[in-house]
Amino acid sequence: MLSLLTDFVEELRTAGVPVSMVETIDATEALAVIDLADRSALKTALGATMVKSARHLEAFDTAFEVFFALDRPPPPQESQSSPVLPSEASSEGGSAGGGASLAEALAAALGSQDWGALSRLVEQAVEELAGMTSGRPVGGAYYLYRTLRRLDLDLMREMLVEMMEMEGSHPGIGEDALAERLRSEQVDDLLERLRRELMAEIRRRLVADRGRQPVAATLRSPPLEEVDLMHASESQLRRIEELIGPLTRKLAARLARRDLHRHRGRLDFRRTVRASLGTGGVPLDLRFRSLRRFRPEIFLLCDVSGSMATFARFTLQFTYAMSARFSGLRAFAFVDGVDEITHLLSPGLRFGDVAQRIFAEAEVVELDGHSDYGNALSRFSDRYAGELTARSTVIIAGDARNNYRDFDAQPLARAADTAEAIYWLNPEPRAYWNTGDSLMARMGAFCAEVYEVRNLSQLEHFVEELADHRRRPPARRIRPSVAPSVR
Amino acid sequence: MADGVIGGDCFDSRRSCKLGGSSSQGKTPILDQLESPQKIAAALVNQGYLASERISQVVYLAGRLNKPVLAEGPAGVGKTELAKAVASATGRKLVRLQCYEGLDESKALYEWNYRKQLLRISADPSSQWGQMEEDIFSEGFLLSRPLLTAITSSDPVVLLVDELDRVEMETEALLLEVLSEFQITIPELGTVRAGSQPLVILTSNNTRELSEALRRRCLFLHIPYPSPEREKAILLARCPDLPDALAESIAQVARSLRGMALKKPPSVSETIDWARTLLTLGVERIDQEFFSDTAHVLLKYQADIELACKELAAGE
Repeated sequence: MLSLLTDFVEELRTAGVPVSMVETIDATEALAVIDLADRSALKTALGATMVKSARHLEAFDTAFEVFFALDRPPPPQESQSSPVLPSEASSEGGSAGGGASLAEALAAALGSQDWGALSRLVEQAVEELAGMTSGRPVGGAYYLYRTLRRLDLDLMREMLVEMMEMEGSHPGIGEDALAERLRSEQVDDLLERLRRELMAEIRRRLVADRGRQPVAATLRSPPLEEVDLMHASESQLRRIEELIGPLTRKLAARLARRDLHRHRGRLDFRRTVRASLGTGGVPLDLRFRSLRRFRPEIFLLCDVSGSMATFARFTLQFTYAMSARFSGLRAFAFVDGVDEITHLLSPGLRFGDVAQRIFAEAEVVELDGHSDYGNALSRFSDRYAGELTARSTVIIAGDARNNYRDFDAQPLARAADTAEAIYWLNPEPRAYWNTGDSLMARMGAFCAEVYEVRNLSQLEHFVEELADHRRRPPARRIRPSVAPSVR
Repeated sequence: MADGVIGGDCFDSRRSCKLGGSSSQGKTPILDQLESPQKIAAALVNQGYLASERISQVVYLAGRLNKPVLAEGPAGVGKTELAKAVASATGRKLVRLQCYEGLDESKALYEWNYRKQLLRISADPSSQWGQMEEDIFSEGFLLSRPLLTAITSSDPVVLLVDELDRVEMETEALLLEVLSEFQITIPELGTVRAGSQPLVILTSNNTRELSEALRRRCLFLHIPYPSPEREKAILLARCPDLPDALAESIAQVARSLRGMALKKPPSVSETIDWARTLLTLGVERIDQEFFSDTAHVLLKYQADIELACKELAAGE
């Protein structure tokens, strides 16, 4: 058991779940007080002691399924005499017909929620339809795809919907579009359950064939923090967006001065002495200066051009989340023109609408719709530079690719002189900077710091660093006023 | 005495009133009731809290391993309720520390009673400094705040640290000593050890990542929205008059709403409110029209209500 546990910890760490030594010891202690034969108790005990963040739960689940897979599903003896016997279904049709009749049997089991029959049928489906061959270096997703294709999910969905309509479904719900929607969601749920069971069965066979570690390796997906934002899939983006909220809050805390968490200011000596006269000179009642709240002012400029589409969605989401935390946030979007979008981020609006309205209402495109940092920044300077103060922090998010157009550094230099600092977030790998039409070095010369932000953990790093900068503002760099040299 | 250790009972004589130390004589020992996950689940059901298998399992582990539980999940899934239910199920007193931005050690741990110290000094200016110093930095001059209260209580308590994600990162550090060693070090007084082992439950809505150091010391319990089956059971437990079929429909509508991209998905307490609305209005089945009339009970943003009505009217 112990060696299995250390292997498991090893696998979790490789999958990006940080499990410390202490947590492993805790897990061992937990194992001593639970019923080891109870698989769900085992899972809860390991999960509670080793996984400390919701974003790692999925990686944990996958690894657990592989390492602590049941060797055989428990024989569901009580429903052995159910109407659809798997052997009958399979003997009647050939391999193609087998898929269809199996699908029917599966649908029946799902519809009547007979989980015992379901697990037997799933086993049979994988056996007959997945076409698993020993030693083939293919991941479980491939076999799942094959099985599902031959089962014809659309047909199963129709059958399930029909079954539910026959039942007359709910006495608690009226017959209209609402009922229809709920029904279709229920069917989705059942099919999702089927998918999960199939995957579990495929995994079980893979583990039996190849051993634990190799299978775990094929199932591993990169931790969410490391996913490249420029190439993230839709579902990854959605889950990343969930993590942005906590991050903006951290940023908000970092930007506010440290002593903000003292509720009151320093002792007000004069008023304390004055008050002590009432108590015979004993300063019973201490008086404090009221603390002036520090309100950071942030100017956030996002490149929303086509090449930045995925990243822009992310930065806009970040901006949107920030706007709920900072009253002092002003957001701007640019392509070759620039426009303020702060008013579009009002908290009553949903993010999807916001993105649409930016392109519909804000004048971010002036010429041909390709990024022009020179023009965008000089427009920014003309229209808004007067509002920058020494308290403002400017954050620019973009790839610094100017499409080989002229770039005038003056506006950026002026902004750098007025504002407290300019930070640049570049979503490209550092190695690509200054290649082709990228002017990162020229533009970066005016920034307090340029960060490579390709994934969530790098954004987190930026937020952390920002705090250090604020605590110890760096000595102002001597900036070349017109033609900065390349760093 | 500088680094002496003070047991919980040393404090009792003077501050029993402040600690509200209800005596637990005659009650069954607490550990008996935490002896198996099944018993915990049953005890919680008696308090009207339907714990999932995972929840009762983690509470059991917390009792056995003497570790705090960090309950995380969306707002309104019953994290705070869990602590209350555990407290009443085990007959322990609940000590609650509500977190907020700006919480500091004088509100969370302890504070010296400055006024009382001043009075003591000015009342008897002739006494020796050495003796006076020892006197004014003794327990009698200490104002105990929730964490110290929980630690010094002679009966074991349930300590609830609510909405921990609201405090600043730095303030979290105050908790570390309490959570791992169950002790508090007061520089002038020494280290106060727990007289009895408190059961600690921390809750977080995850608006901010908690520090690694804190997470390491806790058992992690993620409480998601309940499955429709469990939500139905919760509804039936909370509104016994609710017809079975209606409860099921309510749970399904709630699940459907949580799948949409809403600003604020309905919490469990809001579905309970909705169920009560249905009962009061004498509705037997939910349809579109009724949903749009009462959506404001479930959803708290106009944009959300509009979206939900549109989506639910669209069928698939």
